Amino acid sequence: MSKALKRIYMGIIYLFLYAPIIVLIVFSFNKSKSRGQWGGFTLDWYAELFQSRQIREALYFTLLIAVLSTIISTIVGTIAALGINNMGKFSRTVILNINNLPVLNPDIVTGVALMTLFTSLKVELGFVTMLISHIVFSIPYVILSVLPKLRQMNKHIAEAAMDLGATPSYALRKVIIPEIFPGIISGALMAFTLSIDDFVISFFTAGTSVTNLSILIYSMAKRGIKPTINALSTLMFVTVLILMLIINKKSGKGEEILL
Amino acid sequence: MGRNLIEIKNLTKRFGDVTVVNNISLDIKENEFVTLLGPSGCGKTTTLRMIGGFEEPDEGQIFFEGKLLNPIPAYKRNINTVFQRYALFTHMNVFENIAFGLRIKKIPKNEIEKRVKRMLKLVDLEGFEERYVDSLSGGQQQRVAIARALVNEPKVLLLDEPLGALDLKLRKEMQIELLDMQRSVGITFIYVTHDQEEALTMSDTIVVMNNGVIQQVGTPEDIYNEPINRFVADFIGESNIIEAIMPEDCKVAFDNVVLDCVDKGFAPNEPVDIVIRPEDIRIVTNPDEGMIKGTVRSVVFKGVHYEMIIESDAGREYMVHRTIAFPVGSYVGMNVQPFDIQVMKRGDPL
Repeated sequence: MSKALKRIYMGIIYLFLYAPIIVLIVFSFNKSKSRGQWGGFTLDWYAELFQSRQIREALYFTLLIAVLSTIISTIVGTIAALGINNMGKFSRTVILNINNLPVLNPDIVTGVALMTLFTSLKVELGFVTMLISHIVFSIPYVILSVLPKLRQMNKHIAEAAMDLGATPSYALRKVIIPEIFPGIISGALMAFTLSIDDFVISFFTAGTSVTNLSILIYSMAKRGIKPTINALSTLMFVTVLILMLIINKKSGKGEEILL
Repeated sequence: MGRNLIEIKNLTKRFGDVTVVNNISLDIKENEFVTLLGPSGCGKTTTLRMIGGFEEPDEGQIFFEGKLLNPIPAYKRNINTVFQRYALFTHMNVFENIAFGLRIKKIPKNEIEKRVKRMLKLVDLEGFEERYVDSLSGGQQQRVAIARALVNEPKVLLLDEPLGALDLKLRKEMQIELLDMQRSVGITFIYVTHDQEEALTMSDTIVVMNNGVIQQVGTPEDIYNEPINRFVADFIGESNIIEAIMPEDCKVAFDNVVLDCVDKGFAPNEPVDIVIRPEDIRIVTNPDEGMIKGTVRSVVFKGVHYEMIIESDAGREYMVHRTIAFPVGSYVGMNVQPFDIQVMKRGDPL
């Protein structure tokens, strides 16, 4: 009896959580333009998506920013994690707390802060500022996923490599990086997901010259919900879902789960 | 054994205000099995790490085959190390772990294969080439770590508590295997441990350290039978340490008894510490036949022998190891042979 209750409770929770997305996905295949009425199955909205130059451009920027910010934040974050790992206990705790702050900080604050910073430095908002912002908010996540791998690693492993004749840089490339590679990959996937996912910070730092998908959806929605938005949102949801599945599968293998 | 391979001169290392290694000097010969022995924090690991090149000495020099080693980085030293908890490369299989050093030296492929195979045979891990190190037991990982170091044919192998993570039975087996390996490859081993039994079993020479200072250097027999001070006597095996004075050569006096010994050269009535090992005290049932009389206070069975605590009439407790037990409460006599009394200069009280 109580087992059945538990199941029902769980079912209701998940229904609340996923009902909006399910509705969104269903309506992205709806032939009828009006909401709330099923007019038959169609892929027209998806086809229309790819015909729109505006959407193609937004997709291009979204992916370009995601790829670039992932690469840069992964490199910077990994190097930072290596440094943090070699610090004394006190400095490490301080730096980690500073690192965790932006993670907990509301996106809107981060977004406004970045915008204020850029305009006060007289930097014109656009592609570069948006890219920098994405790198900035991704780095702490990369650090958080690389650091546990470094902490798990035997602390003498770099010394062992050098003991066997490896120069410090050879030891880093052939031993340290491969040892922590699973952490680097999950950090990179996290950065990529967050970048695709982000609306708030992008909105404040993109200016008027560039538009990514989330900004585009927002501005389209302001002019009324068209079924193409459903299709576009569905595609974004699926992309992020796949990425999350990959991250969880990686971290599920006895490694520390991040979020 | 013969010429000096490593010469350590006045080596000092400080971490902040703490002097971890304090002005030590030591010569290590070719093919010698040297053990640095001491409690944790005595500076033995730091000394080893300075030889390996992982710590820079603050003062003093290390010479290797007559050449100054200090300015040479770890990766250019012809010395290899077996680390605490092995530090194996978990993203590589056993073969690649062992081949790591050879690949850096750009040894031809077939030669690498040959040498790795030979090593695997030496450490009794044939057929484990493709296995990942995470899937191996502690003892097997230990062997891989040794093979990974030995395959480079170093002149010196440094071992930092290599058996510390193994259980007692495996540790005993590995001690014997390590000794066999050292004999068969014929290289110098510098071994760090806090386990006095391990040191006694394996070493040609034991270096006992405490508080960053070398207390005594000698063969296991020397160290055990003729400890130079209270610390060594207490650290190496169980012992009865008694504060006494030497009224004249070959006599020690304490608790109103005077015993014969074989030590000379102390000033008349010089205060000394004497050591009597528990197994060197003989018990006689007639108290009058003993040099010291006392009452048995406790008897504990230890497997090979009984450990008894006997309180003398003067109120001093003696630990005695005998294969025959005497009942608690019985009044007995104790005898000690002159050569079983080791006389040491009085040091700081422990």
